[in-house]
Formats: sequence, C-alpha cells, structure tokens
Amino acid sequence: MTMENNSTQAAATTISSISSISTKSKTPTIREQHVKKKNVKARLFFFGALLLALLVMASFAESFCPYDPYAQNLDIALQAPSAEHIFGTDRYGRDMLSRVIAASHVSIFSSLSLVAAITIIGTTIGIVCGWRGGRLDTVLMRAADMFLAFPGLVFAMAVAGVMGGGIMSAVIALAAISWPKYARVARSKTLSVREMAYMRAARLSGSGTLKIIVRHILPNILTPIIVTSMLDIGTMMMELAGLSFLGLGAKPPIAEWGSMMSETRRLLSTVPIAVFAPGGAIFVSVMIFNLFGDALRDYMDPKRRGR
Amino acid sequence: MNVRKYFASRMIQLVPILIGITFLSFAMMQVAGSDAVTEMYSNAGAAVSEETLDAARARLGLDKPFIVQYFVWLGNMMTGDMGKSFISGRDVFQTFMSKLPATLLLTVMSVAATIVLSVPLGLLAAVSAERSASEQDSTHRTIYSVIDNVVRFLSFIGNSMPNFFVALLLMNFLAIKLGLLPVISSGVTLESAVMPTMTLAIAMTAKYIRQVRGAVLDELGQGYVTGARARGVRESVILTKSVLRSSLSTLLTLLALSIGSLLGGTAIVESIFMWDGVGKLAVDAITMRDYPMIQAYVVWMAIIYVGVNFVTDMLYVVIDPRVRLGAEK
Repeated sequence: MTMENNSTQAAATTISSISSISTKSKTPTIREQHVKKKNVKARLFFFGALLLALLVMASFAESFCPYDPYAQNLDIALQAPSAEHIFGTDRYGRDMLSRVIAASHVSIFSSLSLVAAITIIGTTIGIVCGWRGGRLDTVLMRAADMFLAFPGLVFAMAVAGVMGGGIMSAVIALAAISWPKYARVARSKTLSVREMAYMRAARLSGSGTLKIIVRHILPNILTPIIVTSMLDIGTMMMELAGLSFLGLGAKPPIAEWGSMMSETRRLLSTVPIAVFAPGGAIFVSVMIFNLFGDALRDYMDPKRRGR
Repeated sequence: MNVRKYFASRMIQLVPILIGITFLSFAMMQVAGSDAVTEMYSNAGAAVSEETLDAARARLGLDKPFIVQYFVWLGNMMTGDMGKSFISGRDVFQTFMSKLPATLLLTVMSVAATIVLSVPLGLLAAVSAERSASEQDSTHRTIYSVIDNVVRFLSFIGNSMPNFFVALLLMNFLAIKLGLLPVISSGVTLESAVMPTMTLAIAMTAKYIRQVRGAVLDELGQGYVTGARARGVRESVILTKSVLRSSLSTLLTLLALSIGSLLGGTAIVESIFMWDGVGKLAVDAITMRDYPMIQAYVVWMAIIYVGVNFVTDMLYVVIDPRVRLGAEK
C-alpha cells in the first residue's frame, strides 16, 4: 500500500525540519560544512551524555531513591511537596520522588528491550525476505502488510488485554504490531545491495550465505535501521506507558510511570504533583531519546546536514 | 474511463486485506484461552458439568473446526450479528454502533482542529526558515530564525508528551484550576468535547507541523517558485495557489496514516474524560474480558482504518493530476 513511501517521506520531511537552512541556491562552502559537522557532533555528544546519565539512573534506580519506593506509611499519606518529600507522598504514604526514580527502571528498560526485540526480529525477517525472495518473501511481506493495515494501538490494546496484562504482555503486544516497519526497511535495503558487484565478489571468493549476510549485507544496511530504532524508543515508551495507564501493562505495586499516573489520577484536584511527577519523567526521558535520535540521524547521514 | 478501472482494481485489493484483518481478530480471540462457553458460565457464577458445556458448545457451533467457525462468524458479522456481550448480555453490534457516532465526532473534530492549527503554523515555520537563510538584513534574519525555532520547539514538546499526560494537564488547568470546563463529560455536548478534542489535536498537531514545514520547504526550493517570484507573482499567491496545493497530497497521506493512532488514542482519551464512545466501551470491555465486544471493536476499527486509507488513495487521483495521469496510463 502507501505505507512504504510514506514512512520514507515522513523521514525525509522530519529530517528537513531538523536542520535550519534549506535553500538549494546556496551550496555550503567547505568551511561551512566543517562547522556544521562540528555542531552535529557537539549535539550528539551532549544528548549522548544526557542519555547515558538517564540510563545509569535507570540501571541503579533503587540506589538513587532517597526512601524505599515500596514502603507504605499511612501516617504521612497524601502529603504536599515538602523538604523531606520533594514530590509529596501518595495514597499509601510512599515517597513520590523515590517511586518516580524507581519506576525509571521498568519504564526505560521495557521500552529499550521492546525496541531491541522488534529491531532484531524485523531486520532478520527483512534480510531473509530480501535475500531469498520467492514464496517466503511474498508470504512474510503479505503478513507484514496485514499488520500495517491494522490501526496499531487498537490491536495492541486488544492483545495486551487478552493476554491478561503485565508489562511483558504489553511489550509483546506492541512488538507484534511494530516489527513490519523494520522488516520493510531491512528488506528494501537488502534488495538494493544484493546485486552489487562486491556481493558477487564475496560469493566468488567462496563466502557462504551466513558470512555474506553478517559480513557484507548487515553492515551496509545497519545505519538506517539503527536510526529508525533510536527514533522509535520515545514513541514506544509513550505507548507502553499508555497501555500501563489503561491497566494493560505494568501492574501496581510495581512502580512504572504510566501505571503510577493511573493510580494517582484521582488525586489530580488535591495533589496534582503526584500526577505530574511521573508524567514529567516520561516527558523528559522521551525528549532525551528523541533529541539523541535526531542528532544521531544528522550525524550518520552527512548529506542531510547541509539541508 | 481508466480511472474507474483503477478504482475497481484498488477495490479488489481490499478483499485480501479485509479477510486478513477479520481472520486475525477472530484467531486472536480464539487463542485467548478460555472459550465463550466457559466464560459465559463462569460469568454466570455457576459450576457446570462437562456435558452441559459440550451441549452448549454444540448449540453454538463451537465444536466445529476452526476454519468453519471462522466463516460462520464472518457470515454472521456481515449481517450485523456479532453475538451478545458476556457482561451485559446485550447485542454487541447494536451497542457498538450506538456508541460509534460519538467517537467519529471526536475524531473528525480533532482532525479539523489539527488542520486548522498545523497548516498555518507549519507554513509559518517553513517560510521563516526559508527567509532566515535568504534575508539580507541580519535583524530580520534573526527574527525569522527565532519564529521558526519557536514553532519547531513547540512541536518537539508536543511530540514528547503522551496523550494521557496532556489530557490530565488540560484537566488540571482548564477544568480544576480555571473552572472553564466540566471535569468529566456530561454526555455528548460541545462543552465536554473541548478537552478530548484538544488532547487529540495537540499530539497530532505537533507531529503534523514538522511535516507541513518539511513539505512546504521542499516545494519552496522548486524551480517554479523561483520562476513565479521572478515574474513578480505575489508571495501570498505563490504560497496558497502553488505551494500548499502541491504539498497537499503529502499532507493527506500523513493525515490518513495518523487516523490509525488517532483511533487508538481515542480509547485512552475517552476513558479519561468519560466520553461515551467506542473507545471507552473497548477499554471497559478489555478490563472485564468481554471478548465479543473486544472483537467487534478491533474488527470495526480496522475496517474503518482500511476504509479511510482507501478513500485517501482515491482522493490523490482527484487532487493530484500526476497520480491521475499515472492511473490512466
């Protein structure tokens, strides 16, 4: 259908929206190109550092918590923000700041493993389809089209609900609808390198199929796939949080940003911070992932820097 | 003539997709574990013998092979019979259809709001971006670049906020703090539609501004724009008559694609604002494991989505002469 050229168009247009200048009349001088490259690099390092900090926090979340995120103390339930409890406390007297920090573990690593899973599955299917062609290709690509024809979130909601909730079923539900995008990118890239001369050279020098795929195809198609998956992490994080918010993902008492917000949303009129703290955490993390993804894309594709 | 042929061939292409969608929805509910009969009796709260269950299965045709069941189910679905809700016992199809208008209204309003907001803002950003590069005067250059960056920054923020967070923010400020709007909807009224529409529109606008900006910027770099400028055609005329028109098909595609996430998004937004549409119905059905209702929701949402994409494809032919000529060939 129209999906494929769409996603490339969407990619192309978002790319043009990143760089600030777009005139075809003016070709950048070598010096200007140099400055641009330096800027992109600086951006990449800056957001990379932020991302690293976020990941470190998520990995050792529990040790950054000022209080035990799961310890209940009804005496101090529903407190407004104070010096001891910067984000206040929730219905059970649990420290909100600690819970927000603890939740980063589940929220961030579930999105990361989701994106890793769909990248690996989708890419593998795509390469196999592009390499082998024939009936296998037709069948798998029809299946991919079928999933693309579904409104994704609707399907994911139903799958997660039917599987009975839990963060694992939310991850599987979103993986089920998201792999076709990667399969399509990997397949079209594989098709474009398959007939290259160096491919025949590799074959002539006696490389087996597996070696050709791993040594020659994969490195040549990896860039667009990595960029796509980096840019997907933020979206996936929001969708996972959305499923959890609906009660179809992480279940209380496990601290996860989406489910925390659905727990505290009744407190919106009394303790709004209990809702906005986890919401803000999602927002900031998604933002960091998106900014890093953008920087990475600009860095990986020098042609787009000049635009 | 050939355009009609093109329409027909596209129609035929829809058939396998629709079959696939219905099959997938059917299979999903089958592998869900417990079958309808066990579910029905366990909801009734009675312990039943294996014979009664078998008899009920035979009566409902659940002892037949999977593929036979699918075609029976498909046939029933076409005639509007999708079974009874496990929870309320009411007819699923009728319940679904009675709630559908509210969701469609919400969808149409948010798409309208998205277009109204994002096209001017995207255009503004694109024109500013272009001028910030070409303007001689350095103060003007700075102003234009600031405008462009502000719009892009706003769109970036909107892109990084999950819709339920936006919904709760709106609720806090517009309803609780300022008291302008009711906190939860009191039926399908204009007043209670404002916040759900805004929530859905904000997320889409953020995404869309970037696309409009990109599409317009691409068009502005085309030779015909330079040509028109050289001939002294007014800038406003160039923008509205040529640039917007030629970027229309890109925008249309993106809008059609976002309908998919919009339909999913309505579920969250509807259940936050208690908007009485199919999204809320589905969320309730999912929490209560009301399988026939979930199935109806998935199937019909998929059909609507496929339908919207089909109509979009057909619209290209109308708005874009290049596609029309391609189809005629």
